[in-house]
Order: sequence, then C-alpha cells, then structure tokens
Amino acid sequence: MRNTLATKLLFELSQPGRRGGLMPACDVPEHSVDELLPGACVAAEPPPLPELAEPDVIRHYANLSQQNMSVDTHTYPLGSCTMKYNPKRNERFAALPGMANVHPYQPDESLQGMLQLLYEVQQILAEIGGLDAVSLQPAAGAQGELTALLVAAAYYRDTNQTSRRKVLIPDSAHGTNPASAAMAGFDTVTVKSTPKGYVDMDDFRSKLDETVAVFMITNPNTLGMFDRLIKEIADAVHDAGGLIYLDGANMNAILGITRPGDFGADMMHYNPHKTFSGPHGGGGPGAGPIAVRSKLEPYLPSPVVVKEGDEYRLAFDRPKSIGRVRSFFGNTGVLVRAYSYIRTHGPDGLKRVSENAVLNANYLLSRVKHIFPVPQGDRCMHEFVASASSLKSEKGITAMDIGKRLLDFGFHAPTVYFPPIVKEALMVEPTETESKASLDSLAETLFRITEEDAEFLHEAPHSTLISRPDEVKAARDPVLSWQPGTQA
Amino acid sequence: MPYVLNTPQDQADMLAAIGVSSVEELFEMVPAELRLDRALDIPAAMSEMELTAHMQALSGRTRNADDTVCFLGGGSYDHFIPAVVDYVSGRGEFYTSYTPYQAEASQGNLQAFFEYQTLITQLTGMDVSNASLYDGGSSASEAVLMCIGATRRSGKVVIPACVHPEYRQIVETFLTNLNVQVEVLETPEGLVQPDQLASILDDTTACVLFQQPNFFGGVQDMKELVEITHKAGALAVVAVDPISLGLLTPPGSYDADIVVAEGQSLGSPMAFGGPYLGIMACKEDFVRRMPGRLAGQTVDRRGKRCWALTLQTREQHIRRERATSNICTNQGLFALRASVYLAQMGPQGLRDVANLSLQKSRYAAEQISANERFSLAFDTPTFKEFVVRDAAGEVESLIKHALSQGYFAGVPLGQWYPDMADCFLVCVTEKRTKAEIEGLATCLAQAPANAAAVR
Repeated sequence: MRNTLATKLLFELSQPGRRGGLMPACDVPEHSVDELLPGACVAAEPPPLPELAEPDVIRHYANLSQQNMSVDTHTYPLGSCTMKYNPKRNERFAALPGMANVHPYQPDESLQGMLQLLYEVQQILAEIGGLDAVSLQPAAGAQGELTALLVAAAYYRDTNQTSRRKVLIPDSAHGTNPASAAMAGFDTVTVKSTPKGYVDMDDFRSKLDETVAVFMITNPNTLGMFDRLIKEIADAVHDAGGLIYLDGANMNAILGITRPGDFGADMMHYNPHKTFSGPHGGGGPGAGPIAVRSKLEPYLPSPVVVKEGDEYRLAFDRPKSIGRVRSFFGNTGVLVRAYSYIRTHGPDGLKRVSENAVLNANYLLSRVKHIFPVPQGDRCMHEFVASASSLKSEKGITAMDIGKRLLDFGFHAPTVYFPPIVKEALMVEPTETESKASLDSLAETLFRITEEDAEFLHEAPHSTLISRPDEVKAARDPVLSWQPGTQA
Repeated sequence: MPYVLNTPQDQADMLAAIGVSSVEELFEMVPAELRLDRALDIPAAMSEMELTAHMQALSGRTRNADDTVCFLGGGSYDHFIPAVVDYVSGRGEFYTSYTPYQAEASQGNLQAFFEYQTLITQLTGMDVSNASLYDGGSSASEAVLMCIGATRRSGKVVIPACVHPEYRQIVETFLTNLNVQVEVLETPEGLVQPDQLASILDDTTACVLFQQPNFFGGVQDMKELVEITHKAGALAVVAVDPISLGLLTPPGSYDADIVVAEGQSLGSPMAFGGPYLGIMACKEDFVRRMPGRLAGQTVDRRGKRCWALTLQTREQHIRRERATSNICTNQGLFALRASVYLAQMGPQGLRDVANLSLQKSRYAAEQISANERFSLAFDTPTFKEFVVRDAAGEVESLIKHALSQGYFAGVPLGQWYPDMADCFLVCVTEKRTKAEIEGLATCLAQAPANAAAVR
C-alpha cells in the first residue's frame, strides 16, 4: 500500500554522520593524498552529497517506485512506444557474469560467447529487415537515424553526389526524424500527408528531384496505417537516385509479415526496447541498431562483428566507415535482452506477436470507434489514433482530460496530441501482451469517461498522489535541482 | 509464445467483433506482393529452460571480471556495485515504466530524475544537470555541438590527444557534415601544456574538450587551462571520471562551462560497453541549449510540490529540425542506478572509493615498474590509471600471456596511438587487492620476451 507521506527528497532525509556504503581498509602502503596529487587538484572536502544509511535509501526508492505506473503493474497503451511485457528471463540472462561483467576492451579471444551472440543479432536483424548488413552501435532509435543519415552522406560523398542535400520527411513523422536530418547536415523538406496519414503523392512528386538524398518514412506510419503505395514511393525515390530510410518504430506490426528491404527501404533502425521487449527503464536505455543494403555496408560505423571459421572478432579495418557514433561497442545489454526475446519466439512466434498486436489494436478500435472517431477508418495495424475533437466541440472535453482521467481507473494514458496532424489525438497501442478482458475494460472506461462532467474531467486525475502539475511555472521559473534550505 | 494472452476462443470472439473472418484479413492494407511468403530464416523458438542453458553456455565462453582479474579501464571500470543498486533498478515499477509524459503517473521517475540532477550538480559543482544522455562519448559530442551554437564559432574545436580517443572519433563523425574541423593538440608528456594550448586557439575556436583525469590517468591543475581557453573566447568542456570527484576539485570550481562524464562507474555493470550513462552538467547560461530531458520542480493544482518534465521547447518533439539535438530519451534507469549508488556511498564513501583507487593504483605502478622491462610512460601524477611501456615492445603477447594466467592486464594503446604500440593502460579500482596487484606484477615480470629487444 502506498505510503503517501514518503515524498521527501534524499537531501531532506540526510543526517550528518549516517553511512551506507563502507569500504574496506586500504591493504597497500598508503601515501598522503598530497604526495600523490597536485595540491591544487585536491578538494578540501568531498562533494556535498546526502548522508544516508542503507535502510533510508531502500525505503526512499521503494516508495518512489510506487509512484509510477509501469507495464508490470498497469495497462500502458502509450501509442508509438510499444509498452509490451518485459520478460523476466531477459533480465536474468543480462545479469549472467559473461554478459554483465565483461569489459569492452577485453581481447577478442576472451569474448567468443559475447561476440557469437552479437553476430547472431546482426544476422537476425538483417533477416527480419530484409536487408544485408547491420551495425549494433547506435545507442537509441534517434542515434540510429542520425547514424544512417551519416552513412547516406558518406555514400554520396564517396560517389560524387554531394549535391544531394535534401531529406524528405512526412509531416506525420516523429520529431527525431527532422532533428536527426539537421544534425547530419541535411536540409529537411516536409511532405504532406493525406487525411488518412498516407504520403500525399502529388506533394511528394513535386518535391522529389535530383537533390533529394533520403526519404525518411515510417511504415506502418504514426497513424498505425501501412502505406499501400510504399513500393511506388520507393521506386520513385530510387529512380531519382535517392535512398529510402525506414523509421522502424512500428516494426511490432510486421514481424515476419513483410520486410522493409522487400518494400524498398535501403536503411532502417530498430527499437529493440520496443519491438523486442526492452524494457523502457523509465526513459531509457534503448538501442538503435541499423540495417542497410550491401552498397551502404562499407560506411557503417566500426567495429562490426565478423566470423572467420569458428572464430568471432571485432573488425575495425573498414576504411570507408563513418567512424564512431558511440563509445565502446554499443548498448549491448539491451541487445542481449532482444536476443533472448527473439530466441524465445523463433520465426513463427515473432509472426504471432505481430498478428496479436494487430488483432488487439483492431479489436480495441472496433470497441471505441463509436465513441471516438478514428479518422483513418475501421482498420489499423498495431495502433490507431482516435480523435476527441467532436467531444471537445460538443462538451469541451479534451484528449488531455481523457488521458488524465484514465489514470484514475488504473490505465496509463494513450499518447496525446501526437501525431500533430490529427486534432485532439489519442494514440493507442495496446500491444499483444494485453488480454481481451483488459481491452474490454479499457473500452468501457473510455465510454464511461465520455459520460462524465466536463468540469470534473478538467480537474482529473483525482486519485493520484498529485493533481495536474503547473507546467507553465516549471518552465517560466525553472527549478532544476534542490537547493539547501528549501523544504517541502 | 509465452507472452500473448489471447486464447483461440478470444481470437475468434475478437475477430467476430471486428467483423472479419481471419487475422489474415486484418493485414489487408499490406499489398500481397510485399508480403513475405516464407517463414523468417531465424533460429527456432526455445523454451525458457533450453534458452537458459544456451545463454549460460554463451556466458561461459566469455571471460569476465568474475573469473579474470580485471585491470582494464579506459572509460569502463570494474568498480564495486552495492546490492541496493540492483535491488532498486530491478523493481518493475522503475524498469518497466517509460518517459514521464504523464507526470501524475510518474512522480517516482520524475523525483528520481530531479534528485539525480541535484546529485550531479553536487558532484560537479555546476549549476545545472540534465536527466542524462546515452554515454560519455555522446555527452562529449553533444557538448561540443552546444559550444558551436553558443559561441557561433564554427571554425574548429580543439581536442588534446590525451582525451579519450573514442570521444574524439565520435566528435569527428558528428562534425564531418557540419564543416567544423577537429584539431588535435599533441600531448607527448601525457598532459596538456598551457603554452601549446594557447598557441593552438584562435578566434574561430568554439571550444576545447579536456579530460580530467585524462585518458592516460594524468591529473593536472585545470584552472590555468580553462583561463587560457576563455581568454581566446572559447568554451571549456571537461570530461571527468565521476569517481575521481570524491577527491579532485569539482569542475565548477575551475570555471568549466560544460562538464560531461561516462557515468558507468557509478553503479552500472561494464556489460561489454553499454548501456551506460551520459552525464552532462553546465553553467546556467547554457541551459536552454542543453540536449535531453530535464525534470523541474513545480506545484500541482492543490499547491503541493511535485515534478514535471520542463523546458521542452528545446526538444525535438516540439522544435523538430530546429531542436537543440535529436535526442529523445535519457538513460532513466542508469541515472537511477547512479543516484542510488551516490546515495548509498555518500560523501565519505565516495571519497574512500576514490582514495582506495588512487592508493592501489600507485602501488600497482610501483610494483609493475619495479621490473626493468617496464616503465611508466609519463612522469605525471595519476589517479587510478597509468600507462606502462614495455621495453620489449611485445604488448600483444604480454596481454595474451597475462590472460592465460588469469589477468586482464591492460588496454593496448597502439590501436589509437601508433607511436605508443609498446604501451598499455593499466587501471586499478578499489576492488583490486594487494595480492591481485602483486600477482599481476609477477605475471608480467615472468612473461616471455625476446631478450634482444630489452634495452
């Protein structure tokens, strides 16, 4: 049961003289610090960290944990985030000594088990994507996007096509797409979407020319729709000499059903923390491995894992590589969990994952479309975007009100106000790891909320530890760390 | 398929409710010619028991710091991880939650981020910390990008050779398409020489990326270097080892503009390189240029203190191509681990870890260099790492020999510094015992070498 008084900060719990971690006595001959380090470099006092005993630390964090909703405890239909169940075996495997206690600069000969696993992950991700080569280095989806765009830039430099400066991005895309393109030094050009969320072909054609480097597309898109014209789009981009980048955010819908490489993608990233069961860790870590066609393989970051006979090694000698995007190998721990997930499922199992993710989303859509219009229609892939705009105009109830009120009933809110092309958007992704019963309950709760008083909903949530925070104050007068002398 | 809940009956009921006859029909919008007409060519499914055996076998074929005495460093460290860290980060309410978009349902994470930000400012002496980035390297490269924006200088950035070579490689990768040069300041003595620093800076220099202790373990007075940098109108970014701040002066005290760090040593496993924790803290002036999530204190409608994500107008989901960075998430779980670690260690505990690392490292340097084959490459003060030169010039076989005797002896430096092919970097944390240190020294001394090569 929640301890509602336990919201003091670590710093307010601090008591001078309390100790948690005690270190052993020094077992080597000890010198004074001033003998070993220049006086100007040594602080007179240790940093002013809080002083706590171990029970303080545990009770504090155990109570904090209970102020979160999580996949382990709640239905979490947060659209575009694929909040599926996080298997416990993954955590056990990632903690094995030959996974967790491995230094990144060990000699290859001491790393054979680890390198085998990573090599297999490379092979598997290439196969699922229908592409040829994989880099496991990027630390997150956004870094995968940036890495792939740097790979594209290197490819164009190497083939004397530096006039290709433009990256086309649909207006329904995640914000990381244009931000990554800008960081890679490209000019971004927005392509309109149709009301159903597909690429507006007229607008697309008007913007496609020989200066286009890459078309970044999310398919299934952020509205949960598979763009039927994807092949036509890809062919047109290829005919114009450009490359297709697939934002793999929504791979959970198409595992073993269709492959990005088969529908025209030249590069893509995966979000293993989503598609391959993460976990999300309160906002990371993720990982952002990318897969590319063979012509782009020479430009991938170094190192990659190669197999020679029965031996695995890290290959650094790759003269055309863009270099490094991250220190060390990458977010290996996330990849170990992804591997565990994929090996648990096998080819049929992964396909069943996507089928059930799509079934659950369509079932929930069929249950709520009478309450919330879904502009894209009666079918979706793994998620759908409902609109509260009619509720807003008729009753003054906003998407945010609905999201906040859901918290009172023990459901995490859907993603609200994204993508921006749908008014009062509620983006719902149930994932395959929810039951029919929990989807029924979510649908019934949504219906019940629409019957509630608008004023009451504006004040929601009512049962959480706090009511709505004043975000304007937080931004206008930023308090980003605790200061001594302040109290709750 | 142990994680799907729908029974065949559920599926039939759901399909009927949707109004379709098969799951296949739901995929109508995927054109038939684009469908995969075969099974994926990946290994077959395994039960948990089979997979456990498989994973244990892979783990068993990977040497690690439990079965081999680890003297490897270079940014990833075998520091002790207290049990409380694994307990807290293993709580499902933390690790199966996500970015706190709904503050009311995420006060645990938000307060933890706010506390993390505070702990990092306490550690570094800086005004503001974000809620973390991916790793030390991405923090360093993001800091360089911040400096280019803040100074509006896009000629070059300066990186001393004694800074982690992978950080330099990452910065180079990110600057390739932005037409900003990376100029390397040579550091043949293992430290930055102030006069050489002054002469390399010009009015197009956006920043200098320093590291303290540097990649070779060297420690030097940073105040003068930062002053020289500021005099040239450039900004000073300092990469630190957070453990060292148990002893060393905080970068805020020597006027660093941005501090970055690899936070792995604060309670996270080495895990073959990741996931880690990118620490970034800066002066107040730069907060609106900072990438990444920030948790801020505010009040709720009843006036109760609470926390929310803030200053989001910097971020990609609002600013798109004009955002400060493309970074979306932080490393929430690893920021949490670092916070629990720091809370558990406290000021004295952290000082003890730093001092033990310092003392044992010094002892190891003495023990190893007692043999005439080995010498310290640099005559500088060092923290927990130091560079050993092998007069026989046979680093590779030396490392191999040590491995056969149960030691990860060090990191060969020739891969980044061709003129240091006879050198390796040794790291000693608080975990290494006197016996292990003496064991390594003996093992190295007994390693076979081509006698002719020994000068």
